[in-house]
Amino acid sequence: MERKDVSCDVLVIGAGLAGMAASLFALEKGLVTAQAGLPGETLFASSVLDLMAVTPIEEGRLWEDPFAAIAAEIAQNPAHPYAKVARKDIEAAFGAFTGFLAQAGMPYAGRDGRNVEILTPVGTSKRTYRVPESMWKAVLAMEEKAPCLIVDFEGLKGFSARQIAETQKADWPGLRFVRLDFPGMTGDLYVEKMAFALEGESVRQALAEAVRPHIGDAAYVAFPAVLGHYRPGKVFAEMERLLGVGIFEIPTMPPGVTGLRLKAAFEEGLAGKGLKSLFQKLVLGCRVEEDGSFLFSMGRNAEEFTVRAKAAILASGRFFGKGLKAERELVREAVFGLPVEQPKGRAAWHQKDMFDQAGHPINRAGIVTDARLRPLGADGLPAFPNLYAAGSILAGQDWIRMKCGAGTALATAYAAVNDIAAG
Amino acid sequence: MSRKPKRIETQALIIGAGVTGAGIARDLTLRGVSCVLAEKRDVNAGASGGNHGLLHSGARYVASDMEAATECREEGALLKRLAPHCVDDAGGLFVAVEGDDERYVADFPAMCARCGIEAAALEPARARELEPALSGRLIAAYKVPDASVDPFMLSLDNIADAGERGMVFLANARAAAFTVKDGRIVSTLLFDDETGEETEVVADQVINASGAWAGIVARLAGLDVDLVYSKGTLLVTQDRIADMVINRLRKATDADILVPGGTVSILGTTSVTVEDPEDCRPTIPEVDHIIEEGAAMVPVLETTRYIRAYAGVRPLFGKLASASSQDEDGGRGIGRGFALLDHARDGVVNFATITGGKLTTYRLMAEKAADLVCEKLGVAAPCLTRETPLPSHAGGKWTEPGLAPRTWLARRDPKDALLCECEMVSKGVVDELLASMPRHKSGPALLSLGLRSRIGKGPCQGGFCSLRVCAHLYDRQALYGDAGIEEIRAFLGGRWRGVSPILWGFPLMQAEFQEALHCGLMGLELHNHKSRKGGA
Ligand SMILES: Cc1cc2nc3c(=O)[nH]c(=O)nc-3n(C[C@H](O)[C@H](O)[C@H](O)COP(=O)(O)OP(=O)(O)OC[C@H]3O[C@@H](n4cnc5c(N)ncnc54)[C@H](O)[C@@H]3O)c2cc1C
Repeated sequence: MERKDVSCDVLVIGAGLAGMAASLFALEKGLVTAQAGLPGETLFASSVLDLMAVTPIEEGRLWEDPFAAIAAEIAQNPAHPYAKVARKDIEAAFGAFTGFLAQAGMPYAGRDGRNVEILTPVGTSKRTYRVPESMWKAVLAMEEKAPCLIVDFEGLKGFSARQIAETQKADWPGLRFVRLDFPGMTGDLYVEKMAFALEGESVRQALAEAVRPHIGDAAYVAFPAVLGHYRPGKVFAEMERLLGVGIFEIPTMPPGVTGLRLKAAFEEGLAGKGLKSLFQKLVLGCRVEEDGSFLFSMGRNAEEFTVRAKAAILASGRFFGKGLKAERELVREAVFGLPVEQPKGRAAWHQKDMFDQAGHPINRAGIVTDARLRPLGADGLPAFPNLYAAGSILAGQDWIRMKCGAGTALATAYAAVNDIAAG
Repeated sequence: MSRKPKRIETQALIIGAGVTGAGIARDLTLRGVSCVLAEKRDVNAGASGGNHGLLHSGARYVASDMEAATECREEGALLKRLAPHCVDDAGGLFVAVEGDDERYVADFPAMCARCGIEAAALEPARARELEPALSGRLIAAYKVPDASVDPFMLSLDNIADAGERGMVFLANARAAAFTVKDGRIVSTLLFDDETGEETEVVADQVINASGAWAGIVARLAGLDVDLVYSKGTLLVTQDRIADMVINRLRKATDADILVPGGTVSILGTTSVTVEDPEDCRPTIPEVDHIIEEGAAMVPVLETTRYIRAYAGVRPLFGKLASASSQDEDGGRGIGRGFALLDHARDGVVNFATITGGKLTTYRLMAEKAADLVCEKLGVAAPCLTRETPLPSHAGGKWTEPGLAPRTWLARRDPKDALLCECEMVSKGVVDELLASMPRHKSGPALLSLGLRSRIGKGPCQGGFCSLRVCAHLYDRQALYGDAGIEEIRAFLGGRWRGVSPILWGFPLMQAEFQEALHCGLMGLELHNHKSRKGGA
């Protein structure tokens, strides 16, 4: 097989949110960018973009102003990655990122400087910062506690409109629900197929006809997130026109269409900007060249080609992303063998209670960096002058409990790319 | 609650729905005695739900306790014949590896023979042909008639069979107080810890079959039953590693048995003295110790994927316990036989306690206890459980791995969607279970369903199926309001006990993903203040 060795300014390692954001920002800075990793739709899950909503997590304190929450968190925990990124850069990162997604057909909505709330598939509410436009009216409906109809489908498991309405009943009595057959499908339904079907006009019309008799006084109609896969904007607008009321989507259990949409938008949009995509390939090894650039050995199992990169951004995620590997007693960083800050011994990794308010200590483990987001080696100095880390692999955050995952990913990717571009 | 308690009259009240209580209920109803079976939580909430599931041939006890060995041999054979649907008659091996005590190995066949237990010598190479996972360092192997048994099916079928003859089963009914007058228990107060509801049972005879809790229950009547608690931890592998039961051929100690459990294998156990029978959480040091020991026999246990750990507490009867307290192995040297105590001797004429023993000998324990009750009641009918096969029942059958998938595949009903995809439990099965569950059963529906089926027992450990089943329970109007949040929290919290000690490698990745789903997206950790009654 012919080897296709690659040469670039920056290699982004990882294809989750931080990796995608890093590639985007690097391309927009005019850097020659390559990206490796497995883009999994589950990595993007519900597709809402959290910034910061809960701190201190021990108290479960919810914040309306995410920037005030960040300030409060940093005051208490200076190790949080946000401590290394200025507010204006966080805002710029969100702006650039959602701007790109809008162009790629996935517009986002939100309120500057304020968190919003949407409904989850178990009927709880979730606080977040930016939501796909298809979920925006959930925010409005919930604020108004407006009369609202939730539609679900016979055969779609794990999504019960009755459950959502029941769970919200005390606060939101105007929520009603109806179960319908999905046009042209029976048996076990899969969100991907439903979303694809709804790209066809006749299915949309049939669905609208089935919903219409149930609308009554509802100001909004809600659906599980199946309104289109490749052209969600069009499907959404058409459904809204056909029904004559505002509509919104509620995320489904993963793997959901919401994640697939993001994955498609990234893959297409970044390719359009000239990304050398090495998706499905992993970094197998790495050597530093005389001029200081990295020479990465790449492949699935054995070396298939090399990538020469002047700089690299490690955005390989945590355990699920495979950036961190947990042996029985020790957590290791998978690509460079960087030191991982971690609680000592497995007994200290997790709490006895799964829902312990303090969160699990292992979820704060990760890579420690200097102020420029360069991982530190065992000697406390940057392990490489041109290696950066971004996203959930960074120590000092519990992104799940703090609801700061997307924000940390975007902010640190943005800061790392700026540093590379400036250097 | 100030509601007037419900009142039930019966001939016999049995306290504790482990396999012993379930067996007594069946035995008594077969003799025409009416009875009530009261359980503080749910079927097999104690040791019967936290054991190894080994139907002992007796070979494990040939050196330490000949009587127990002989009982196991007889009862094991009976159960294979009378309740074959509960048994996987896999056969067993005893194997020694380099470094094991060669004297014990040499004496083993004679000790088995003395107890009437067949033990056929195998060449180590032949043993490895039968079980390729065995260590290459075997020095001896014997084949014995061990088997594995599904303890949930066993208890549920005993209870269902007794129920068909009029036995009343009360779950969430903790024996909380006795009224004792003139040396008789005239009534027993049962308390529902979920709802606070009270039930009064007036029974001619009261039998305490509460296992490790027997001392606590006896104390309600002012009596002392001196128990030592010994916790045992077990580990479940993702795949079935061996077809047969594999025992280490040495003096019984930690982590020396691997038992097949349907599609998985179960490795254990430890033996740790604990202060409280409720303290049955598997710990990280126990898990690591079990793996190291087990790997000497079956090396792949070092690297295989585990899906959870669990633990149960053995009650060791005090007099026996103190007699051999010089034993250094934390209780294992203590007799594993059972104790049947007629408290008439202690001044309470209609009260007896049965505790200890083994799953394997539950029928015999039930027979002895029922003999005593019948003698006191003046009932002459003989025990029938030695001959009468145990029928399979709808409420019990779904604990069997593989049954739900087979049924689902055979039914081919496109509307019967799978809610638990790991273990292939469909809506239809859940509906059937809902219908078969005790009607007055209060408390978490998801946990009850989990106990009666394979839901949550596969590799996802409930991460996905808890959500799907919960949604379905709303659709079936079995849940209202925001009760589902607490249902999911309680179910996942329960699974966490078993998962948290094995979180490295793949299970840790999975736990992180589920945390992202349950906490990141759904915010379940933020909703504890909304729970129905403060959470468990
Ligand atoms: C780790 C371990 C491994 C084992 N492995 C095996 C094996 O492989 N093979 C084998 O044959 N045996 C094995 N055993 C032994 C076997 O599990 C027990 O002998 C058997 O399950 C005991 O059943 P039981 O009904 O007497 O007690 P339990 O199952 O403990 O039942 C007692 C019941 O009483 C209830 N209760 C307690 N207090 C009250 C109250 N106040 N009111 C109402 N109800 C109450 C409890 O909730 C519980 O459900 C093992 C035991 C352990 C702990």
